[in-house]
Amino acid sequence: MVDTIYALATPQGRAGVAIVRISGPDAFMSLHSMCNDSKIKPRKTILCDLYTQEGLHLDKALVLPFKGPHSFTGEDVVELHLHGSIAVIQKTLETLSKITNFRQALPGEFTRRAFSNEKLDLAEIEGLADLIEAETEAQRVQALKVLSGKLGERAQEWRSMIIKAMALIEVTIDFSDEDVPTDVSKDVILILTNIINDLSFESTGINVAERIRVGFEVAILGKPNVGKSTLLNTLAGREAAITSEHAGTTRDIIEVKMDLDGLPVTMLDTAGLRETNNSIETKGIRKAIERANSSDLVIVLTDDGKKPPEIKNPNILTFISKCDNGDMGNGLSAVTGFGIDNMIKSIKKELRNNVQNQGVATRFRHKEAIDRSINKLTNAKKFVTDGPGFYDLAAEELRQTAYTLDELFGKVDVEKVLDEIFSSFCLGK
Amino acid sequence: MKQFDVIVVGGGHAGSEAAAAASRMGANTVLVTMKHSDLGIMSCNPAIGGLGKGHLVREIDAMDGIMARSADEAGIQFRLLNRKKGPAVQGPRVQADRLLYQNSIKRALKSIENLSIVEGEVVDLVGSHDGVMGIILADGSEILAKSTIITTGTFLRGKVFIGEVSYPAGRMGANPSSKLAEKIEDFGLKLGRLKTGTPPRLNGKSINWEELERQPGDVDPTMFSFLSKNPIAEQISCGITFTNEKTHEIIEKNLSKSAMYGGYIDGAGPRYCPSIEDKIVRFRDKSSHQVFLEPEGLSVDTIYPNGISTSLPEKTQKEYVRSIKGLEKAEILQPGYAIEYDYVDPRSLSLTLSVNGVSGLYLAGQINGTTGYEEAAAQGLVAGLNAAAESSEEETITFSRSDSYIGVMIDDLISKGVSEPYRMFTSRAEFRLSLRADNADQRLTPKGIEIGCISAHRKKVFLDKVDKIEECNKILSEKEFTPNQLIAQGVSVSQDGNKRTLKQVLAFPNITFDNIKVFDNRLSDIESEIQQQAHRDALYSNYIDRQKKDIEAIKRDEAIKIPSSFDYKLMSGLSNELKNKLIGQKPKNIAQASRIEGMTPAALFLILSKVKQNQSNVRAG
Repeated sequence: MVDTIYALATPQGRAGVAIVRISGPDAFMSLHSMCNDSKIKPRKTILCDLYTQEGLHLDKALVLPFKGPHSFTGEDVVELHLHGSIAVIQKTLETLSKITNFRQALPGEFTRRAFSNEKLDLAEIEGLADLIEAETEAQRVQALKVLSGKLGERAQEWRSMIIKAMALIEVTIDFSDEDVPTDVSKDVILILTNIINDLSFESTGINVAERIRVGFEVAILGKPNVGKSTLLNTLAGREAAITSEHAGTTRDIIEVKMDLDGLPVTMLDTAGLRETNNSIETKGIRKAIERANSSDLVIVLTDDGKKPPEIKNPNILTFISKCDNGDMGNGLSAVTGFGIDNMIKSIKKELRNNVQNQGVATRFRHKEAIDRSINKLTNAKKFVTDGPGFYDLAAEELRQTAYTLDELFGKVDVEKVLDEIFSSFCLGK
Repeated sequence: MKQFDVIVVGGGHAGSEAAAAASRMGANTVLVTMKHSDLGIMSCNPAIGGLGKGHLVREIDAMDGIMARSADEAGIQFRLLNRKKGPAVQGPRVQADRLLYQNSIKRALKSIENLSIVEGEVVDLVGSHDGVMGIILADGSEILAKSTIITTGTFLRGKVFIGEVSYPAGRMGANPSSKLAEKIEDFGLKLGRLKTGTPPRLNGKSINWEELERQPGDVDPTMFSFLSKNPIAEQISCGITFTNEKTHEIIEKNLSKSAMYGGYIDGAGPRYCPSIEDKIVRFRDKSSHQVFLEPEGLSVDTIYPNGISTSLPEKTQKEYVRSIKGLEKAEILQPGYAIEYDYVDPRSLSLTLSVNGVSGLYLAGQINGTTGYEEAAAQGLVAGLNAAAESSEEETITFSRSDSYIGVMIDDLISKGVSEPYRMFTSRAEFRLSLRADNADQRLTPKGIEIGCISAHRKKVFLDKVDKIEECNKILSEKEFTPNQLIAQGVSVSQDGNKRTLKQVLAFPNITFDNIKVFDNRLSDIESEIQQQAHRDALYSNYIDRQKKDIEAIKRDEAIKIPSSFDYKLMSGLSNELKNKLIGQKPKNIAQASRIEGMTPAALFLILSKVKQNQSNVRAG
């Protein structure tokens, strides 16, 4: 017998409304024991008074039942929309715990049940996790794309393309004594080129997707006392970094997460660049340059229009600082606010350019499998181009590709390849 | 009442090979056949080997079996299929003289001292549901043995169909075994129904050969057995002709009279060997199909028209045959027919082909849902070796997907079952580049020597060959050459500064063994067979190294057994679809579980942890 599980679905603490979710075979039964209203209809909200087993009044709650399999977990589900009081929540959970076969859900258990009941696949679960974590608009859009099974859909297409290519090659091998084509290179090359292009697009897109998940890094760099920390504080809208008149105040890197018009961005304030004998400061400067080089974007603040030569990162925006009166095109002043809007616009434009290249794969787990596949597919293409004498090696590369992509696709069985062969070719001499 | 170590029921390809294998292991063996004259009979087309199948024949030979040598003896046309493709996918095939083949098998069996051959119909098994101790013949006599192998092919409730006519038969002209089918059902084994078909046999004298394209054998014939050198029988050519629109029209018009299309047959047929009716219905846009005219032997005029198997009425068969070029006056000697028969769901078998839960009972061949002489013989070999091992209480002898096509086939059968007659294809073997027809002896003969089923003669030949290959590989790996040295002798190689061994040079496409002889004069003394072997090993060496890692992983996974009592229902985190597959297929180890369609690494990990957890519980308890 499967346990019925329950948990608070909204954050802990005081709030207007708190939702307790109950899932399992006895979910509906809990209602019968907690509220007197017997007219429970799936997907119909009812307002009812909840009582403990001892008959103590708990709360007046909005109750929303879902009949499995038409629910999030695929089981019977009840949502109790309670008043968001810590005491009410406590007492409700306590009451539920006293019902036979009821227990508090383990972390992620609702989702795991949804997976067991085939309401979500692995990629969709990743999407769901991302959606819940989403803090900015771009993160929300991306997570929703994965949650709605876009990756699964694309994976299905690649999978059937690979099966098609394997079938074309295998038919020339396993049925060569029959009335089938002997040279399928042209068709196979076409299919392989398409898959390689698709996968390459996904692979580059993953870098961006990963950025959207964890945030873009934008490093502010420049000579000491050029106004980097003041700029960061202005952007953050609060005093995130220590600002002072003394040069070299910021020695370590200070990170501030912000939402720049929907894009998640981590701004980095770094140590001012200069020659110094102070070993701690030198360390800070070295760190600043390393971090800037690995960032998605570097904002160089300068008072003379020159870029620091140590910066190897090609993505650079240069601004002239302390233009309090606003007489220069790319000048800005953190004190008067002049040029800040312009700067934010430039950063967004730069980051948005990246986002356009985004596919449906979003994690490095995906990228690793995709990159290895591209490599093997490229080998396969080379062998196929060399002709039927090398089909055995091409087939081996394709077989390994299928294995590599198993993690994203689910398994490609040789029976599927044979199915494809038998449905496309007339065999049997 | 007689007492033996091993009883083999059936004298077809599975039975013959099983009896020979059990005897080689030293078991006192008896083979029971319905008709003495039917030993080693080829009831379908007179050919042995082909793609995937040729690999099986070589593997049987590597274990000192009889099929390869008899095929070589009876071969009247040798062809190496895929000759222009990589050696891993080349398959030896032979057109065999039906009579010569049968005689050769009979001779091989009769020459075995500890093998008796008895004629009779088996009607019952001695023993209970958990153990078989022998058989009862139709005349009431009993034969007892420690292990019994049943290889009754299509004879279990066999039924022949020609058009609207049907009658019980094991094959054309032979009685089915219905009583045995009932007995097998009594063991609680799941039976299914399959079908297959044959074409009409033609009189060669009535064919107008002048008009037809001919297909000769290879100039340089490739033999099956590692012990054979050259063909013995006279070599012939086959003919090739084609069906045409008129043929298709006749068949289309008479479809409702076909046993298959008239709805008389329920069993599933093989998709790779469809009837001509099937081809025309499924591929309507094809206006012509190839037909090979294969002579059944040197001493008979029977021709096997490969490609037009049918279950149409005799009259229609004659009509459509005569619409084909060269066959305008063809005389039909025996009509084509479809045969439907019972098979046992092979998922109830173990890796040794013994029936799970019943001691002393083995099933091999077509009864397990396979098709083909080679598939049958290979199973016969496995069952024969193990029946003998069981009778002398020795360890089981199993084959793995990583060491042989035999292992691939048995694993497929017992883990996936069959939905159509199972035929071997090279694409079924994931380690295709390592499991080649040319190295079958190096893969399996050592195993054979270890278990003791290899003759002294073969052992000596094999060990000599291995020594020579090792010597050759030593020479090839000894010295390294700079790009300049290689280029100076006409080997095109990139000037990357990397030194290469001759073995690495041999792996280049377009390099032959002759090309490298200039680098070491010892190479000229190496026999051509050894040269070829060394070249093939070199060609795939990169892939084989990679496959070795996969093979090790498989072996590890095969070693982690999943107890038959393992309960998937209680596992959380597995999708219901996967759970149902696992419950249905009952994988015996983690390697088998990993091959289930739709299996994900995450799910496999869950099963693995659960298995380990159960193991440690058992230990702790």
